[in-house]
Formats: sequence, C-alpha cells, structure tokens
Amino acid sequence: MKKIVLLFTAFLFSTALFAQSERYMAAMNKFVAQLDTARTKDDFQKLANQFELIASKEQNQWLPYYYAAFCNASLVYQSDKDLIDVLCDKADAMISKADSLQPNNAEIYVIRARICSARIMVNPMSRGAKFGKQSGEWLEKAKTIDPSCPRIALTEGTGKFYTPKMFGGGKDKAKPILEDAAKKFEVFKPASTIHPHWGSRECNWMLGQCNKE
Amino acid sequence: MKKLVLLLFSFSIFSLASAQTKISGKVTDGKAALPGVSIFIKDSYDGTTSNADGTYSFETTEKGEITVIATMVGFNKFEQKETANGTPIVLNINMKEQVSELKAVTINAGSFDAGDKKRATVLTPLDIVTTAGSAGDVSGALKTLPGTQQIGNQEGLFVRGGEGRETQTFIDGMLVRNPYNSSVPDIAQRGKFSPFLFKGTSFSSGGYSSLYGQGMSSALILESKDFPDRTETNFSLSDVFLGIGHNHYWEPKKLSMGFNLGYSNLQPYYGLIKQTGASFSKMPDDLTLDYNLRKKWGKSMIKFYGYGNNSHLGINRKDVINNTNSFGLQNNFAYGILTVNTLLSGTWSVNNGISYSYNLDKINIASVSDKGSLLNKADIHSQANFAQVRTVFTKYVSLLSTLRFGAEFQNDLERVKYTNQLLPYNKTNEYTDNYAAVFAEGEIYFSNRLAAKPGVRYEYSSIINKMNVAPRLSVAYKLNNTTQLSLAYGEFYQKPDRSYLLYKTSLGYEKATHYVVNYQRIANDRVLRLEAFYKKYQNLMLVQTTPGYPLLYSDSTNGGRGYAQGVELFFRDKKSLKNCDYWVSYSYLDTKRHSARYPKEGYGNFPDMIQPSYAATHVANIVFKQFFPKYMFGYGITYNYSSGWHYFNPYNASYSEDVTPDYHALGMNFNYLTRIKNAFTVFVVGVSNITGANPVYGYNYYAPGTKYEIHPIAKRFYFVGCFMSFGVDRRQQNVDDSLK
Repeated sequence: MKKIVLLFTAFLFSTALFAQSERYMAAMNKFVAQLDTARTKDDFQKLANQFELIASKEQNQWLPYYYAAFCNASLVYQSDKDLIDVLCDKADAMISKADSLQPNNAEIYVIRARICSARIMVNPMSRGAKFGKQSGEWLEKAKTIDPSCPRIALTEGTGKFYTPKMFGGGKDKAKPILEDAAKKFEVFKPASTIHPHWGSRECNWMLGQCNKE
Repeated sequence: MKKLVLLLFSFSIFSLASAQTKISGKVTDGKAALPGVSIFIKDSYDGTTSNADGTYSFETTEKGEITVIATMVGFNKFEQKETANGTPIVLNINMKEQVSELKAVTINAGSFDAGDKKRATVLTPLDIVTTAGSAGDVSGALKTLPGTQQIGNQEGLFVRGGEGRETQTFIDGMLVRNPYNSSVPDIAQRGKFSPFLFKGTSFSSGGYSSLYGQGMSSALILESKDFPDRTETNFSLSDVFLGIGHNHYWEPKKLSMGFNLGYSNLQPYYGLIKQTGASFSKMPDDLTLDYNLRKKWGKSMIKFYGYGNNSHLGINRKDVINNTNSFGLQNNFAYGILTVNTLLSGTWSVNNGISYSYNLDKINIASVSDKGSLLNKADIHSQANFAQVRTVFTKYVSLLSTLRFGAEFQNDLERVKYTNQLLPYNKTNEYTDNYAAVFAEGEIYFSNRLAAKPGVRYEYSSIINKMNVAPRLSVAYKLNNTTQLSLAYGEFYQKPDRSYLLYKTSLGYEKATHYVVNYQRIANDRVLRLEAFYKKYQNLMLVQTTPGYPLLYSDSTNGGRGYAQGVELFFRDKKSLKNCDYWVSYSYLDTKRHSARYPKEGYGNFPDMIQPSYAATHVANIVFKQFFPKYMFGYGITYNYSSGWHYFNPYNASYSEDVTPDYHALGMNFNYLTRIKNAFTVFVVGVSNITGANPVYGYNYYAPGTKYEIHPIAKRFYFVGCFMSFGVDRRQQNVDDSLK
C-alpha cells in the first residue's frame, strides 16, 4: 500500500515536472505537423498565433519563435500590401529572439533571408536592391555555418526562380540550385520531429515547373 | 486499497471534468466580424484563432482567475480577467484599431506624393522616366497630372491659373533658384535635376505646408536619396546625349560618393533631321557635372550635392517682315546644398541646411534687316547669387502626430547689365534682398479617421521692407477603409518678380488664397481623386500699358487681381489589365486676371479681366504603359490635350475672340531591357508628335493681320538611347516587378 502511495506520489510529482515539456512537445508536434500541410492565409495565420502563444509560454525555447517568424514571413505573400512591413517587423522581432537563444544557426539565417525577400514586395522598385542584397548576405552567412542545410539552397533557388532571365535569374539558373536542394532534402535528417524540415514540397513544385520548359 | 483506487479514480474524473472550461464568443472591430485574431489565456497553451465570421471557441484546463488576451496586427491588445470553474464563459471581444501610419487618414488635399511610401503613391521616379512624352524630365511627367497646363513655350509648371514662376521647387526643404535651364524665348526648357536623384517627390497644386513659402500657386518638394543601393558605374549614349557616372558605397563606413558627367549636343541630330522651326547659329550644347556625398555620422545624416553646368545656344529666326532676329545664350550655373539631419533624442530631431547657387546668363540679341543693315544689337548679362540657411525642429508627439517649427534666411543678389552696342548705351540694375521666415506646423491625428494640419508662416523681405503672416490649415477625414475627404485652406505670399524689383522696390507682396476640397478613393491598386478649388489673387503686379508707348516697369504697382476656380479628376489603374498601368487626368479651369502688362482703362473694349494666355479651360491627359515580362519589352503612349490658349492680339479690340486651335500631342516610347556581358542595358526609342499635328502655343504680331505662330522648334522628336549599368543595378530586380 505504502509502495503504491509512494509510487503514486512519485508519478504525480513527475507529471507535474514533465507535464510542461510533454505539453510543449505535444503542442509543437501537432502544429509543426499542421505546418507541413499549411497552404492558405488562414492556415498560416492560425499557426502564427499558436506558435506565438507557445513562444510566450516557453521563453527559453527557440523553435516556437522560429516557427512564429516563419509563419509571419509566409503570411506576407497572401496579405494586403499595407501589412507586409508590419508582418515582417513581427517576424524580425521573433527571429531575433530565436537568434539570441540559439546563436549561429543556419536555419535562423534562412528565415532572416526570407524576411528580407518579403520586404521587397512592398515596393520592388525602390527596395529590390537593398533587401535583395541583404537577403543574399544572410544566405551566405548560413552557408558558412551549415552548407548541407537544404533550405539555404531552396531559398536561393526560389530567388532565382522568380527573377527574370536577363537579371541573372530564370528557371534555367534556378534548376541546378533547386536540384542541389532536392539532393540535400533527400539526405536531410531533422534533429527531432519538431526541428525545421519544411521546404521539399515547395522545392519539388518549382523543379516540376523548371522541367516543364 | 480498492477504496483508495476508486477514490483516486473518482478524483481524476472530477479533475478532468472541472479542468475544462469552454470559452467562446465573437470578435468584432466594433462593426464587422474580425477573423484571424489570436485569443488565448495568458501563461498557458490554450488559445485559438477567430474564424471567418469572427467566432471562436476553445477549452482551457486552467482554473481560477485567468486572463483572456486577444491580439491582432493593427489593433490594440485586448485583456480581460475571467474566472474559470468549468462553467462555459461567453466573451464577445471588441478590438480597437491602433492609430497607425497604415490605417490613418492622409492629409492630401492639393498634393500628389510619390516615393517609397506605399500609400498615396502616385508617381515614382521610374514612372517619370517611362512616361512617354516626359523625356525623362520631372516636370514633363508632372504635366500629366491634373491642375497643370500643357505649356510648351515656357519652362515651369503652370498650376491652376498660376504662372510658371508661382511654382517653387524645393530640394530637401531648401528653395532652389533657377531649377530649370535658362529661358529662351518661346522654347520650354528642361529641369536641371534628374528624377533618379530623389527618393520622394511631392507635388502640391494648392494648399501646401507652412514649411514652404514664396510660391503663390504650387510647390514641388523633392527629397534626395539616402545611400545608393550599391556601387555601380553607368554609361548612357543617345542621339543627343553622352554620359558617365559612378557611385561608390562603402557600407561599413556608412559613406557614399558619386559623380555624373554629361554632355549633350544637338548638332548631330539636327544635322541628320532638318528642322524648319528655326536655324541655329550655335547648336545647343550643355556640359554638366554633379557630385554627391552621403555620410552617416553618429546620430546625424550628412548629405552634400553639388551641381554645375555650362551651356550654349544660338538661334536665328526670321520674322514676317524678313528681319533676322538672333538670340544667343551662354549659361553658367553652380549649385551646392549641404544638409545635416540629426536625431537629438527619442522624440526630437533637427534638420539644418545651407545652400548656395550662382547663375549667370550671357545673352546677346541682334536684329538684321533683309538688306543686311543692323537694326539692333545688345548684350544682357543676367546674374543671380542666392544663399540660404534653414533650421527645422521636429518633435514627435505621438506615433503619428508631430510638431515642426523653424526658421530660414535667404540672401539674394540679382543683377542685370544691359549694353546696347549700337547706341551705345549701358546700364546696370541690381538689388539685394534679405529675406527671413519663421514657421510652425502641427500634424495632429485625433484618430485613424481624423487628422488636421494647422500651420502659420511669418515672412519679412528687406527689399520691399514688408512682412506678412500666412495661416494654413488642412483637415482630412476618412469615410471608410478606402475613401477619404480632405479640405485645405491657406494664404500664400510671393515677392514681386525680379523683372519688377530691378526697377522699383516700393512694392508689396502678391497674394493668393486657396480653398481646396478633395475626395479620394484608393482600392486594389486603383486610385480615384476628385478635387475642386477656388483661388483668389490679390495685389498682383500690374504695369499699365498704352499701345505705341514703351513699357515702363518703374510704373508698376500692386494694383492687379484675379481668381481661378475649377474641378479636376485623376484616375489610375494598375490592376484591371495585366502588365498594364494607365492613368487619366482631366482639369477644368475658369480663371481671369487683371495683372502684368495690362492695357490702360478705357483702351479699346478691353474687359476688366482676361483669361491669361497660359491658362486653357480644358486639359486632359491619358498615359498608358504596357510591359511584356517574357520578352522584357515595354511600350508607353501618352496623349495630351488642351483646349486653345487665349492670346493677345493688339489689333483686335475685343480680346476674348482670339484663341489658338486645340492642342493635341501623341507621344510613344519603346523600351527593351537586356544584358550585354556584365551590364544591365536598357534600349529606349521615343517619338513625339506621332500624328504630325501642328501645335500652336500662341502668336507673335508684327502688323495687323500678320501673325507668327509660336510652335516647337522640332515638330517631331526622335529619341534613341542606350543606358548601361555595371555592377548589379537597382533596376535589375525591379523594372519587371514594378509592372506586375
């Protein structure tokens, strides 16, 4: 009897201790899985809200901040032009927190590069050069840390994919970079189920488009 | 034991049941449902996002006192304490909109803004250069906006019944003297400054800010660029122009420097394509050099821009009695502006500026009869030295509301030396004016919907020894998310033109009072603007003339007056047609004046007031651009229309009968973007006056029934050019994207 009570108290105690991290893992697993199939503005908005919520609770974890930044930066492409800077500012604040918790991480620099690219959309004419350059610099920084990260090549290839031929972009130029990304995606193993692993869907779609021509 | 297990079991059941509290409700912004709002419990994992209809529902395991928070970009955070005890909570949330730059009303009666600021953007630098017919000239493109006249025989912007001199140009807040190339009779001159120098262009056709003065009609406010995007070298080559430029940016040092050297000469062009309008004794040429420096120093941004040019031109024209009138011009111009913009603390900043310009026009005129005898020969040296200092303090009162105040001082030396070679006779007239102004202006946002901009300006000019106080006020009210209504009122004073002050100084300010109402709707990349205005002119300069007697400027007075009123429409659409951008503008103007050289009362049947020669009743413009990203090829078409201009026929006693034919101009340009080796290259071909219409800006008279048409020197102009830029160029990413 005593044993049971002891066991039970121990169990209660450990749940109290581990409940937090279990809830964290459960929540992250759930929403990261949802992110794999997210497409619409509503999907990204909901996930952005959820990750921000988790981040506010788990202020020592970099991943919620990372995903919140990623979702906000992804929202840009389906949002009102007026909101782009607001969303990017938010994403910037989130990724800066992630960066301070997890310095020198290639995945974080990839998000920084994507935020820069997103800001171009406000006014490509006046912003193209400035933010295009910054975006490239973040990717270079990421490469020096982890050249095997497929999302670096993916982001670089995406840039080329959407840049017209004569400006040094185009599908021809994008293709080898995306193929390189695809190769890296094949061998890529995320550190855990909740670590960044997005992008192969995007990569395959663009490669399909490249091969069409 | 069993009991205990049972107890534990029931305990856990109980805790499960009591742990879940359902929270639901609807989120609105006071009126409509608000989707996408994040609603959650503070310090927990429990939360959700509102649906398309604003409703939300979630469960929480928290117990006791909880704080429900709702957040959404663009809205103030919502917080409310509730008690969670298993009973469902129904909480309807009303989110309050944040006062923000994005949502707030813009004070824009009378003004068109262009630049990086995405809202209210009307024309960007690229829009200016790709507008067919603008010839890459800022004022050329602004002439496609409502409120401006299609004047082709004088430079400057003629706005809402005002003369060209009533529009002043400001660079970084500082007044620019001689912003256009020097006047040549009956030929409009280009602006001196390239549109690519500026990140922002604000063109006000009325009711502008009290930070600026001395323009009775309008202000063209240009804001120079900060750092260049990157280091690059440019070459340009065209049928009339050759240029080279380099800009270097040392990013870590926060320093940039650059120069542009350009030379234009019309010799090859006019050699190839014979012109009938006039013959040149000296082909127009122009050598320009500019230099710029940008440096970030602590909390200060320092900008210097220097510009100099030297140009020549000589033109011969035969008049109806076969005299050959020649006009020769040599112009030297130097300009420098230094501004320092410093952030003093979180909420204070100060802008200091100093500028200097020197302009010298050496003009020689001569008249030779058909028999070869010299009828007239004279030299005119016209000089202006203009120096200015200016300080403006800005206090950021809240997120958007600001208070600005400051002072400026100008020293202006004007000198004209006239030498008649035949008589001989020479005379120098000159004056120096010291002008001072203090000004203050508040920009107050009461909410996202309502904003006001009251201001006042005090000015003193030593040459006329008079002061004035000019109040200004603009109010804007947002009717809904896409439409707004603005009003503007203001008094605008201007010193008499130098052509009067050189001969008489006991004069007063000319004055215009503006009333402007503006309606604007911006939605989905479409802009619609409607504007109505009334403008009252007082104390205009007046020189009464009697035919047959010479004009005496020393007899001038402030006895003139006038009015202008009208309605204007502007519509721009970048959305409806794929890869196309077009805008349409229309201006209706009713204006009359009793001013300038006006016949003495009782002379003929001259009416009390007349419609000035530079003011047409109807003006319309259509600008259309299309770009094919697949082929990197684009074209643009611009059509300008103006109803006829009234002109002065000294032999017709009833003035108003004399109106020129309607004016039509159809221009087109083509551009092709490519890459030659490492250089981003743009080829441009432009043709003006495609239809071969005969534009007549007015007539000169010599004898009854013998009038001489004033029309452009080149009836049709072909432009063929190539621009190359080495180093990754800003146009790379954007030309294409901007047309998406």
